[in-house]
Amino acid sequence: MTLDYQAATEKYEPTLGLEVHVELNTNSKMFCSCATEFGAEPNTQTCPVCLGLPGALPVVNGKAIESTILIGLALNCSIAPYSRFARKNYFYPDMPKNFQTSQYDEPICVDGYLDVEITTEEGTKVFRVEIERVHMEEDTGKSLHVGGSTGRIHGAEYSLLDYNRAGIPLVEIVTKIIPGTGKYAPQVARAYVTQLRDILRSLGVSDVKMEQGSLRCDANVSLAPIGSGKLGTRSETKNVNSLRSVERALTGEIERQANRLEAGERIIQETRHFLEESGLTRPGRSKEQAEDYRYFPEPDLVPVTPDAKWIEELRAKLPENPADRRKRLQAEWGVPDSEMGSLVNAELVDVVEETIKLGAEPTRARTWWLGEISRVANEREVAPTSLISTRSVAEIISLITSGELTDKLARQVVEGVINGEGSPKDVIEKRGLKVVSDGSALMAAIEAAISAQPDTAERVRGGNIPAAGALIGAVMKATGGAADAAKVRELLLKHLGQG
Amino acid sequence: MAAISRDDVAHLAKLARIEMLPEELDHLATELGQILGAVARVQEVATSNIAPTSHPLSMSNVFRDDVVKPSLTNEEALSGAPAKVDDRFKVPQILGEE
Repeated sequence: MTLDYQAATEKYEPTLGLEVHVELNTNSKMFCSCATEFGAEPNTQTCPVCLGLPGALPVVNGKAIESTILIGLALNCSIAPYSRFARKNYFYPDMPKNFQTSQYDEPICVDGYLDVEITTEEGTKVFRVEIERVHMEEDTGKSLHVGGSTGRIHGAEYSLLDYNRAGIPLVEIVTKIIPGTGKYAPQVARAYVTQLRDILRSLGVSDVKMEQGSLRCDANVSLAPIGSGKLGTRSETKNVNSLRSVERALTGEIERQANRLEAGERIIQETRHFLEESGLTRPGRSKEQAEDYRYFPEPDLVPVTPDAKWIEELRAKLPENPADRRKRLQAEWGVPDSEMGSLVNAELVDVVEETIKLGAEPTRARTWWLGEISRVANEREVAPTSLISTRSVAEIISLITSGELTDKLARQVVEGVINGEGSPKDVIEKRGLKVVSDGSALMAAIEAAISAQPDTAERVRGGNIPAAGALIGAVMKATGGAADAAKVRELLLKHLGQG
Repeated sequence: MAAISRDDVAHLAKLARIEMLPEELDHLATELGQILGAVARVQEVATSNIAPTSHPLSMSNVFRDDVVKPSLTNEEALSGAPAKVDDRFKVPQILGEE
């Protein structure tokens, strides 16, 4: 009999451990001045340092150290007064030096935590995830495995290497083991990565794009019978490229391990690869033992010793924690969780806040960004903010609020601005988009509507006020949406003796 | 006296991807043991009031500004490569069949 996820977590207690790698968004690489641009032609962003040519000497990118300290501070870590780089030696062609410059026993940041909030059927729960270390290293090159049946490394005839990515600053954030999450383990892991991503984004230190690999998560999990007080053997799942995948991969892995244990088999300590299509994992290469990396201090780099003054200057630069900020804005705007969630998912919290600061009415600011502008952005597969400025949106909303534009006209103004017809004012002028509130012009349209629908008009005269909707609709249609609907209603009812 | 076994040498040779004959393993086990022994003499002078160092100069915080400088061209980067395909370095099979 196989155990499903629920049965698995009723019998076994999962223990998590998460390693997140984040590529910093510096202009240049970690130890040399090559550009870090994503998607450049292969091997056009390399130099003797990142190609590991003899005699080349690395120099640390100061901005990368600053970003790493900021990350440590945001995660409540202590910043080490003394830290060093180390060589992690291994034979694998993704690093042409045959080692990766990393940190071993002297990382820059240690002992932090992040409080992670999840929503469950039992209400909101908070788990404290303790951070073991935040250290600096460099990213590796990209391999392309050619030949063989699967396109995978096993059985490939040869591999092709692009070293543009080799040497891009990479920060590794490692949690301590996370016990006691029970059946919520996958949800906690996802929430942790989500909150971490939000923090990194608020710090402005990374693009944090999981699909482009600038944020990657390795998820460790082990199982032990509930109440045993033991730790089982863990597996490490790599290739988890979205927040949803973090949750799916762990759910699948917990089920797999539980069923192996049920069958009396052992869990092998190994690296597994997440398969996006099936949600399952498959075994990868078995991990070399830590000592096989023959770590030793990097003799070409001097230690990093941030003084208290520098650390305090950086601490003073920390932005408000994104989770706190979200709660504050949600309370200020008075929006339900669902709408706040939509704004967060669409990454529109900042622009909405800015639009409101520029004088836009809050409800309209949210509606326009989430509605019309997001719709066009989705169609064109671009970010909403690339289409129109917060200033233009605020200006259009002010015109709606003051009655100079109807929603329908405003949509045309937005469309015009997006299509590059100029500022909202230019579009209004060029397209002649003015609300018709001139009484005589409206009366002509009202009389035309009444003569087209005499029966409806008669019902309104007889006191059936809701029937007026059909006539108002006809007037709006006749004026191409440019009429002020409230004004039309007022004039119409008065004309039919109901005003 | 640091001892290094034949198995240690075989393990290191495997990690370094160096193929060795059985007699070379024996020879190197002896020789590496002697080298380690010679280096170990440093421990006689290292005392608790001397901090270990990984760099000859006592300096720290040597940083560079985050400014991009021109890289090598693709041709220059690949000029020393024994084999190349599609602007990339070509390397032999990394892992065999599972």
